[in-house]
Amino acid sequence: MYDKVKYLPAGDSSLTMEFGNEISVKINGKIRNTVNAIESSPPEGLTELIPTYRSIQVLYDPSVIDYGDMVRSLEKILHSATDGGVDNYRIVEIPTCYGGEYGPDLEFVAKHNNLTVDDVIKIHTGSDYLLYMLGFTPGFGYLGGMSEKIATPRLQVPRTIIPGGSVGIAATQTGIYPIDSPGGWQLIGRTPIKLYDPLSEIPVLLNAGDYVRFTSITEEEYLSIKEAVEKNEYKVNIIHNGEVRLNVL
Amino acid sequence: MSFKVIKAGLFTTVQDKGRYSYQRFGMSVAGAMDPFALRVANMLVGNEPYEAALEATFLGPTLEFKDHEAIAITGGDMSPKVNNNPIPMWMSVYVKPGDILSFSGVKSGLRSYIAFSRKLDIPLIMGSRSTFTRGKIGGYEGRKLADNDVLGFRDSQLSTTKGSFIRRDFIPSYNKEEVIRVVLGPQDDYFLEESIQTFLSSTYTITNEADRMGYRLDGEKILHRQGADIISDGIVFGSIQVPGHGMPIIMMADRATTGGYTKIATVITPDLSRLAQMGPGSKINFERVTLEEASIIYRDYEERLSLIGSHIKEATFHISELRSLNLSINGKKFMVDVNEIK
Repeated sequence: MYDKVKYLPAGDSSLTMEFGNEISVKINGKIRNTVNAIESSPPEGLTELIPTYRSIQVLYDPSVIDYGDMVRSLEKILHSATDGGVDNYRIVEIPTCYGGEYGPDLEFVAKHNNLTVDDVIKIHTGSDYLLYMLGFTPGFGYLGGMSEKIATPRLQVPRTIIPGGSVGIAATQTGIYPIDSPGGWQLIGRTPIKLYDPLSEIPVLLNAGDYVRFTSITEEEYLSIKEAVEKNEYKVNIIHNGEVRLNVL
Repeated sequence: MSFKVIKAGLFTTVQDKGRYSYQRFGMSVAGAMDPFALRVANMLVGNEPYEAALEATFLGPTLEFKDHEAIAITGGDMSPKVNNNPIPMWMSVYVKPGDILSFSGVKSGLRSYIAFSRKLDIPLIMGSRSTFTRGKIGGYEGRKLADNDVLGFRDSQLSTTKGSFIRRDFIPSYNKEEVIRVVLGPQDDYFLEESIQTFLSSTYTITNEADRMGYRLDGEKILHRQGADIISDGIVFGSIQVPGHGMPIIMMADRATTGGYTKIATVITPDLSRLAQMGPGSKINFERVTLEEASIIYRDYEERLSLIGSHIKEATFHISELRSLNLSINGKKFMVDVNEIK
């Protein structure tokens, strides 16, 4: 993390607040706290914030505020934002059916790492993943904290269509495809939960700063949860400020 | 209250300002590629400037009206016609039930905007009616229009019963070669000094890979100091990314919200509209402006738009006068039936 936040111009109506040049839990926490602080007393002319791994994209209306005044306003707010850990977070449980038609690459991931299929599931469900940022497609979360023991390179030839809900691994990253899309990740399972529902008031289930906890379910459970989700009767299990299980290498 | 899409044209979508405030969820903004043309089209028919309208690309649609309607067409010139008679652009035009609006291939520019005085009946999704085709949401069923679609209107009253036009000198001209002004950054320090000079002094050509998401350019290679990849951060309308191959990509309306390539510069807002009217083969020379200059240019641009807005309000004519006024504007003969509207 930089000692001093860098302000970088991004055209006439946006700037980048850069906190560092690495992916770290500490920077992510600082960004989260800063976003909360900006939103609780937004400078006049602020139009939108896009938090990322290590920066906040600040969008503003240049007919209301100019770059210099925006930087000064943000600096003031920055001093009121805490450096410390995030004290308010959610652990979101994602029930996942591993292997079979839902996770066609599970066996490859196991073989690649000299593990059994059960080992891979145990390791993947054994720790919680911090959601650093959303991007790529609506609702796609970049998760950090996967064990290197199950790291596997991307497919050499990407699939043209991956069903929404697929859980995959790409190198040391893991993630969930919110909608049907092309992609090259190794697919190890699928969740029946909707991560993205454009017609819902809250269109995206996961937010930056959440922890994701995968739980292993059977195909039977998958189908019954899927039915409940479609009837709008399924309630996602969310634990507030619970104990986070971090991957210890 | 509706109209029928007889032919959809090449790529016709419903667009408004775009889906702002949801980018933190990975949601692309979408919205009109040429916001200037969208805003003027709406003002001409008495709407709020960012009301949803049709954006037609390269080849416009053929529409059949079921009701009396005031429409306005702005942006690229695709030779709009009503019942095969040419109609003026940048001016409100009244149509009656059974009238057919049609277009030919584009003569100048690339995208036309068709605004309607009755407001399109398109559901608001996350605060916007814009079509985001890659995400299959917004607009008409989340897709471009197809032959035989029927689009409804959400109010029975016309927004205005008066016609209007804009002064000729406010109508932008679209060229195949343009100077596009940029502010350097956010990652200009990732590039060699001489490469920034290359970027600013040579001519770049828009390739065939140019769509609502982004424009890939071809020209002199831009070299990085070390590596083109950064840890992903935010992208805005007009961000110019330079991946390892050294060729710039300008991010447009359907851009992803974040990306992992260095961004050498950002196109200033007032020049995005002209850029949106350029297509494959067109040439761009980038010109650097400072943040202070960009801020002045932006304010001038907004002032010009509000001036256009007040001119439009003053320049109204009653429907019964429409015929003579048509003749006096372009010196051309137009066949617009106007008397049925009450």
